[in-house]
Amino acid sequence: MADPGKIEEPQDAAAPNVSEVEVVDAHSESEAVAAIEAPVERGEPILQVRNLVKHFPLTLGILFKRQVGAVKAVDGISFDLYQGETLGIVGESGCGKSTVAKLLMNLERATAGEIFYKGQDITKLSGRAMKAVRRNIQMVFQDPYTSLNPRMTVGDIIGEPFDIHPEVAPKGDRRRKVQELLDVVGLNPEYINRYPHQFSGGQRQRIGIARGLALNPEVIICDEPVSALDVSVQAQVINLMERLQDEFNLSYIFIAHDLSIVRHISDRVGVMYLGKMAEIGTDEQIYDHPTHPYTQALLSAVPVPDPDAREHRERIILTGDVPSPANPPSGCRFRTRCWKAQDKCAEETPLLAVPQRFQGVDTPAAHESACHFAEEKDVVHAA
Amino acid sequence: MPDMTKSDTSVAAPDAVDVAAPALQVVKSEKTRSLWGDAWQDLRRNKIFIISAVLILLLLTITFFPGWFTSANPAYGDLSKHYLQKPQLGKVFSAEWLGYDQQGRSVYARLIYGARASIAVGFGTTLLVTIVGGLVGMIAGYFGGLVDSVLSRLVDVFFGIPFLLGTMVVLNSFPERTAWVVIGALGFFGWTQLARVMRGAVITTKQSDYVQAAKALGASTPRILFRHILPNTLAPVIVVATISLGVYIGSEATLSFLGLGLNGVSWGNDISDGGNQIRVAQWIMLYPSIMLTLTVLAFIMLGEAVRNALDPKTR
Amino acid sequence: MTIIEEAFVPSPRDGEDNGGPLLEVRDLHVEFRTREGVVRAVNGVNYSVSAGETLAVLGESGSGKSVTAQAIMGILDMPPATIPQGEILFRGQDMLKMSAEERRKIRGRRIAMIFQDALSSLNPVLSVGYQLGEMFRVHQGLSKKDAKAKAIELMDRVKIPAAAARISDYPHQFSGGMRQRIMIAMALALEPDLIIADEPTTALDVTVQAQVMDLLAELQREYNMGLILITHDLGVVADVADKIAVMYAGRIVERAPVHELYKRPAHPYTRGLLDSIPRLDQKGQELYAIKGLPPNLLHVPDGCAFNPRCPRAEDVCRTEVPALLGITAQDGTELVGRASACHFRKETIDG
Repeated sequence: MADPGKIEEPQDAAAPNVSEVEVVDAHSESEAVAAIEAPVERGEPILQVRNLVKHFPLTLGILFKRQVGAVKAVDGISFDLYQGETLGIVGESGCGKSTVAKLLMNLERATAGEIFYKGQDITKLSGRAMKAVRRNIQMVFQDPYTSLNPRMTVGDIIGEPFDIHPEVAPKGDRRRKVQELLDVVGLNPEYINRYPHQFSGGQRQRIGIARGLALNPEVIICDEPVSALDVSVQAQVINLMERLQDEFNLSYIFIAHDLSIVRHISDRVGVMYLGKMAEIGTDEQIYDHPTHPYTQALLSAVPVPDPDAREHRERIILTGDVPSPANPPSGCRFRTRCWKAQDKCAEETPLLAVPQRFQGVDTPAAHESACHFAEEKDVVHAA
Repeated sequence: MPDMTKSDTSVAAPDAVDVAAPALQVVKSEKTRSLWGDAWQDLRRNKIFIISAVLILLLLTITFFPGWFTSANPAYGDLSKHYLQKPQLGKVFSAEWLGYDQQGRSVYARLIYGARASIAVGFGTTLLVTIVGGLVGMIAGYFGGLVDSVLSRLVDVFFGIPFLLGTMVVLNSFPERTAWVVIGALGFFGWTQLARVMRGAVITTKQSDYVQAAKALGASTPRILFRHILPNTLAPVIVVATISLGVYIGSEATLSFLGLGLNGVSWGNDISDGGNQIRVAQWIMLYPSIMLTLTVLAFIMLGEAVRNALDPKTR
Repeated sequence: MTIIEEAFVPSPRDGEDNGGPLLEVRDLHVEFRTREGVVRAVNGVNYSVSAGETLAVLGESGSGKSVTAQAIMGILDMPPATIPQGEILFRGQDMLKMSAEERRKIRGRRIAMIFQDALSSLNPVLSVGYQLGEMFRVHQGLSKKDAKAKAIELMDRVKIPAAAARISDYPHQFSGGMRQRIMIAMALALEPDLIIADEPTTALDVTVQAQVMDLLAELQREYNMGLILITHDLGVVADVADKIAVMYAGRIVERAPVHELYKRPAHPYTRGLLDSIPRLDQKGQELYAIKGLPPNLLHVPDGCAFNPRCPRAEDVCRTEVPALLGITAQDGTELVGRASACHFRKETIDG
């Protein structure tokens, strides 16, 4: 069944971050559904993204639109998500991390590339197989004030997944199931008839999480799930998400701009810049041994809640702004703001791979980094 | 000094997971409320709403039960009743209360029976444009792309036609102008405004996270449209519909005045008739004009009140 | 750089001028009348800032930190807001007793404000140069040409590249970070004595946030301005503040110099906040989470507003509102600049 020749990796062939995809050739819809429903061992890849591209066309004209360019929101990224882990994706606004979430949820059509869920390319699925995927990949949204329909009661919101996938819970059972879910996320089950606006931000995010859990999914994509919440409530929601991960054996993709929270919750972290993955590795590799200059600048810019550190902490202050994704720089996309940039950076796009100098060396710095001049630099502990 | 001053407020909430909105728009945890519930609370205390609602209720009663208000026949002309008999304001609710017109017909009775035409055309047209405009707007807004481009241009084309001129040309070709014909003509040229409002509301709602969430769950298009988008776009549509109801009533009168309205008793026809005799018998034109103005005003005030009540920012 | 115009401060309290604070808020109360009842958004707040000093006001949404700032600026919507009691002394003069005209003269010229959302604070249909120059034309009566030159100079000062070339660009043509710089430039235009920055970097990306905070700190030093920084971000506070006031449910619950606060918080809320933020430099275990939710301001709990969420709460906390009092160290000396509104402040500060 496996057909490794089918997916060529033009860019990241050597990257160990991405394992070989075992494509399951499903000849019928039921075979595809069966493959999607099959269990995955802990630590095995469950979601594999290959050379994912999303370009939003820029058009002119009223009735007959012609394309005048494209916003390259996501421009060829590859990564794996392993069963039971949390993969954090960080980056600044406009780096494409939220577009990745939408592509994974199939809310946007990918321009190119594949997303394999248990060996099935979900960008090509439809019908029953697609519905099965939808059941297994759920999402938690950023803004708890807009992600719940204000005209529906909490019971209707959390129960809606059962209306759409009636096979999951028989009709008579649904109210009880909804109340169970409310209980699981730490809300009073008696609140079932209330409307979203009667809850605070943290409670609404719990409702959103309960909706995400309703269908017993395997993967949950979290797009900035706590950034709209108050500091004292953020910790509650993070703890809840960690507890649920253990309880329901979930795999998370955790997209956020808050680097401290991402480190706390993630097993592995990917750093995105202008639609490309700059660096990816375990949390220790990225935070304590970053080799990409962008990661280093990003980490050094995070304000640390320790006033004693402010005098002797080294800060890399980047100049300028992120270039427009409609017209990204040639070669390395970070070169316009990079202090190490040389001619080579403008001519040659650095591949996401373990840098030459670290290859075969047993060091945490030996992880994939898309930089010609990758160099380890600890900016977080510098004192 | 800052302390101990105010320990009067209600009971402490010991329940750690009690409802508490973080910002100032705090919400009582005791009773269930919705946007519409809030709006109703707001409206009940709004004098403008009360006045317009009472007026409209009265008008609806007149429309459906004209017999309760007068026993006179609006079409019966008694030329012996003085060619132009003046109003006798002391004789409230009697046939001669507001005087007679040139054919000896009771102005009061015609006022009562004329309401029916206005209300029928107003409601009928509003219903028609809401359904047609709403549907077109929803389809254009939701599906976007080429569908949107084509429908939006169609709306623009219709929008470019002068409303009254268009209806006049159409009505002119109908010798027999029943309420249906007038409604059809007004609706044919009037649906564009609602289509625009609806399209805008749908586009805004479509992008909201809860619609994305429903899509992510695999919800079908009808489900998304009718369960998630429609309920959240109703507010602006209702407001525009209420206001345009008044406008259509005015348009019907205008058409009647120009001799292109309904055949039969209507305020517009009477205003038209009265206009010819304004120098000898002002009251013939005066009373239908007052009724018409009040009716249009009532609907516009109602629309404004509902708009304000539904907009949380005005609270 | 700041010119202290002696003539401007005729107040009798002016004897302490040099040592006295630039701005002092005394027992300020702000209430909002809503349909559900009276919301006491600010409940007796006291704080002060001196020239060259940075006061960070830390709090979550609904703590009253922004409302206090709006009351200082005089930009509260009244009604629904009312200020039933309190004083806001600018150089010893109570601004709440001033006429609208007098306040207007202070606003912008002596006290300026920077908002979180720079895009909505700038007029989209006027060029940036025009908006910057307007400050000089209106307040200083400069000619169009001179105002433009000043605007370019100002844009240079906030490090906007190619300032002269971009002077006629419109707000939407700038990035978020650049817009925030323009906001800072506008606030600085008339060289105010005090700047109030309400979450100035919350909407910005980390790398840009660092640039903007750096710029703000540098300009503050250069002009010897007072700065009130309103934020919820404990990291930003640690980077720039001199002293901190922590607000909860409309009250200041703790006041401390920055180093002290992070080392030894004296209020359980502050302690909880510090414990609940994940660290960048190490992987922690489960996060400490303050239980419960911030209070509904219509139903603030009796006694200490924090008591339902407090791990230390006892009966006294549920009946008696704790006053914001100074703290004495174990050896009996008063800790300078520290105060906490907790019945158990001594126990909390000692761990």
